[in-house]
Parts: sequence; structure tokens; C-alpha cells
Amino acid sequence: MESSVVEIRNMSFSYNGHPVLERVNFDVRQGDFIAVIGPNGGGKTTLLKLILGLLSPDQGYIRVLGLPASKASHFIGYVPQEINGNRSFPITALDVVLMGMLKPAVRLKGRSGRDRSEALDALEKMDMAPYAEARIDELSGGQRQRVLIARAMVTKPRLLLLDEPTSSIDAKGQTDFYRLLKKLNEDVTILVVSHDLMVISTYIKSIACVNRHLHYHGTAEITEDMFEMMYPDTLTGACPVELLAHGLPHRVLKEHR
Amino acid sequence: MVEILQYDFMRHALMAGLLASIICGIMGTLVVVNRIVFLSGGIAHAAYGGIGLAFYFSLPYFLGTIGFALMAAAVMAAVMLKAKHRADTIIGVIWALGMACGIVLLDLTPGYNVDLMSYLFGSILTVPVSDLWIMSAAAVLIAGLVVFFYKDLLALSYDEEFARIRGVPVRTLYFMMICMLAVTIVMVIQVVGLILVIALLTIPPFIVEKYVKSLAGMMIGSILLGMVFTIGGLWLSYTYDITSGAAIIVVAGCAFLVVQAIDRLVHLGRLHFAGRPR
Repeated sequence: MESSVVEIRNMSFSYNGHPVLERVNFDVRQGDFIAVIGPNGGGKTTLLKLILGLLSPDQGYIRVLGLPASKASHFIGYVPQEINGNRSFPITALDVVLMGMLKPAVRLKGRSGRDRSEALDALEKMDMAPYAEARIDELSGGQRQRVLIARAMVTKPRLLLLDEPTSSIDAKGQTDFYRLLKKLNEDVTILVVSHDLMVISTYIKSIACVNRHLHYHGTAEITEDMFEMMYPDTLTGACPVELLAHGLPHRVLKEHR
Repeated sequence: MVEILQYDFMRHALMAGLLASIICGIMGTLVVVNRIVFLSGGIAHAAYGGIGLAFYFSLPYFLGTIGFALMAAAVMAAVMLKAKHRADTIIGVIWALGMACGIVLLDLTPGYNVDLMSYLFGSILTVPVSDLWIMSAAAVLIAGLVVFFYKDLLALSYDEEFARIRGVPVRTLYFMMICMLAVTIVMVIQVVGLILVIALLTIPPFIVEKYVKSLAGMMIGSILLGMVFTIGGLWLSYTYDITSGAAIIVVAGCAFLVVQAIDRLVHLGRLHFAGRPR
């Protein structure tokens, strides 16, 4: 964990006059596996879009591998939330992965056999090779996510960004999914936006809490503050039974006073 | 069937229908997967303003309509990119305003009385040969552009954000696509009418979408299906002496309903068998 893949300094961003992110300082170090957590509307997705260069900051700067974010998006593999709007789109899993290799500068070259075999390799790594020729809408939510990861990984990115990747996967699938990410993390730095603290906690290395401001925690320990931020009122109000039922290996609740 | 083709006007009608099927099969696929059917309707109706403009200022017909349609299309494309959440409303406004301007301008034009029905349903049986040439050129141009930008259009249609990250010039391509659509619509309206344009743009791609595995397959399937509808409709129109444009749409619409019904039955059948105890 030495050099920074992403370097954010004193960055602020507002949307229609509403501040979304304020004075964010954040470093994503090589090899890290960071979970970005925070309430809805807290600015998690905005942070991803800023890193991807789809939005530009009002103040401060973002550098990705030393370049301005808008010039570095090809170093990043991006896995969006489920592409809901276009579910019935006629496309095979393999063609989705090949989309990851799109280079607008080189047109009309056709899809070389090498592109194809690399795309098949990427699917193979995700255990999705048997489904290469299946239509994307015939796959389950978890399988679709694997295809989207293959699409992101096929260009050998330096950073993998995932936006709520498990929202359409059941609990068992989520555990498998994070196990898979942990394996990928041997080669690539990962930043994942997530809702579910419980599932991620055993796999990630560090946590970034985003709620207008960003707090980075170098360990994967879930603190009381995080808990309060993600599930407001659970500590003071209702008893968080369903969370404890997971058999969480961390101490979550503070001691009785 | 063959003896119909001894008439020149029938051969030309058939050619016009087949060319319209090609253009609409390609553009219709993009329209359906990008969910811009409403925008297409907007362009088609707003283009009537161009007809009014052309007659009022005695401009050449194509110059007036294509110019006006391109302008309306560019505004709609900008709105789609900038303010997607209110795009449908603004397109609705341009839709109505364009059409109304056309009618007012035609009212103000002395001596002219353009038949609104022929604009709506076209006059495929009186297509002049010159229009066939223009349509052929448009078909070649559109097919060429779509082949050249195929991967980019695919990425743009499937996942716009991802396309942007991969460096696809999304904005430029989107404008290009909408402009191609405007040209398509104006060309084809001239020949087969506004209603048939919308039908040929939407019905074949929608039917084909479920049975293909790629955008290219969807385009080819839509072209073939459009051709079948056109030929069937023209045959009906000739045999039973009914309006040709409407006949083509009725054929397409019936096919659409039949396919929907069959799909529904197959689906129910599967549920039935899946629910059986073994």
C-alpha cells in the first residue's frame, strides 16, 4: 500500500446550488479495498462520478494516477448499478464484455479474434464462460453483475469502481460476490459503494464514510458512528435484530453504560 | 400477385415500401432501444411546420421540411441530453406547436390547399421515380453511417454512461442519430405518410427484439419484417381496393397483436407445466 491511485484534495461539489460534497480529502492507495458507505443522498454516487470524470469538481482537484480525472477514465473499470432501463436489450454476455474494449479511435477494424478471446477469458474468470452466448436478460441478477465486472476487468484497469453491486443479489449470492471481489483485489485496487455493512465487513480493508464530508477509516472495523449513520435510530430506537442475526464477527454495539 | 407488377405505379409503390422498410428497420431499431419513440413522433409532427414554411415562402419542399425538422430535432436532442426528466413535456410542446404553425402558414398561403390526409397517410401509389432515387441515397447514407459507428451506437444505446467513460463522443453521436432520424422521417413521410412512418419505425423492431441476440440482428430482422408488411399491405390494398398506407399498418398491427397473443399463450403454457407436480 504505497502510491495513490486516486488523490482528492480539498474538493467541493454542489448540484443546483446544494452542496453535495464539501472539502473532501481522500487518497485511494494501491491495493486497497475500500467500501464507501453513507446514507442515500449523502454523495456516494456523486463521488464515483467525480472520480470517473463524468462530473468535475467546483473546487479542489481529483487526480487519477497523476492525471486529471477526465483524462484518466480508461484506467478505471466501472461496474454500474444494474442497468434497469435496458433489460430487454438484445445483446449477448460476450458482446457486453466486448463493449469494455471499445476504442473509439480505432474504428472499422472489426472485432479481432484476440479481442474475442480476451473477452472470453474475462468471462471465464468470473465463471461466466458457459453463458457467453446467452442473452443478458436471460441471466440472473448475480450473473449479470459478473458479466459487468468482466466488462470492467477486460481492459486490465488499475482501479475497479462498483456502484451498489449487490442490490439485486440475495444474501448468499452477496457473500460469494464479495469473496470474488476479494480475489480480484489481489491484482486491482477496489472501491465499492455499498449499502450492506454486514456482508462487506469481512472482505474489505478500509471504509470511507460519505455524508457531505468524507471520513476515511484505515481499518475495516465498523464503528458506532458508522452504524448510526447507515441505520439511524437503530441504536436508540428499535432493536437491530436482523443485523445481529447475521452472526457478525465484529463488535458493533457499544457496551452498556 | 405477379400481375400487379405490370403497372408502373405498383412497381414504384413496392420499391418505395421496400426502401422505407430498410430505412425504418435500421433507424427504428435505434429508436426502440433508445426509447425515443415519442421524440420520433414529435419530429414527424413538427415537420408539418416545415411544409407550411416551404409553401408560405415558396421554398423548395425538401429544403423547408428537412431544415425545419432538423431544427426541431436538434432542440429535442439537446433537451434529451440536458433535462431528461422534462424532455417528454417539451417534446410535446414542440410537437403541437410545429404542427399548428404548419397549418396556420398553409392557411395564410394564397392559392394552396394541401391535403392533411395525404400528409398523414402518404400517397405511396403516386411516388415519382425521383423520390425513389432520393430514398435510395438516404438508405445508403444511413446504412453506411450506422455500420461505421456501429460499436459506438451500440455502447451509447446500451449504457450511455459507460460509453462516455470509454471515450465515445456521446453528445455528438446522439445528435447525429437524432439528425439521421429527422432525415429518415421527412423522407419517408413524403412517400408513405406520418402514421406509416411511426408504425414502420416501431412495430417491426418491437416484434423482432425478443428473438435476436444483437442490435444488428434486430435491424436486419426489422427490415425483413417491414418488407413483409409492406408487400402484404400493398397486396391487400390492390385486391380489396383500400387505402395502401392504412392497409400496410393494419397488416403490421395485426402481426403485432398475433405475436403478443402467442407469446402470452406460450408463457402461460410454461407456467402451467412448471406448476405441475411431478
